[in-house]
Amino acid sequence: MDLNSQEVIKRLADEHGNDNLVVILGAPDAESAEIAAETVVLGDPTYAGALAEAQLGLSVYHVLEEEFRSLVDDDVWEDQVGVMADVLEAEEISAAVKGMREAKP
Amino acid sequence: MFESKQVIVLGERDGIAGPAIAACVVSAGGHVAHTSTECFV
Repeated sequence: MDLNSQEVIKRLADEHGNDNLVVILGAPDAESAEIAAETVVLGDPTYAGALAEAQLGLSVYHVLEEEFRSLVDDDVWEDQVGVMADVLEAEEISAAVKGMREAKP
Repeated sequence: MFESKQVIVLGERDGIAGPAIAACVVSAGGHVAHTSTECFV
């Protein structure tokens, strides 16, 4: 994950508390989604950024997960996500992020 | 999912971009605290 994003997430966690944050990912595949989810749940696996060894345990979802998608207005969804929902491997991505969410310490 | 929560949007250029996700979050009643679109090249 981008180092600047890690710094912002750490600052927001300090300001608002870990339980008051939700992260929504737009990663294109299961592997990158899992790494991003791991970073905000268990810490940066590359040990390069501000979230190294920071087990924030944040609630994290991918935009294609049904739990999120079901909350979005259909017209907005079609305009903003549209065809990408058909192109990306939603089930595989969702399973990867859910697995990491359940690894919350 | 979003009641009393701050939402961090981490989009990706090759997947779903940050602003598109943020629009969905707002539609779902969430408050966006940060939006970015990352690029892994």
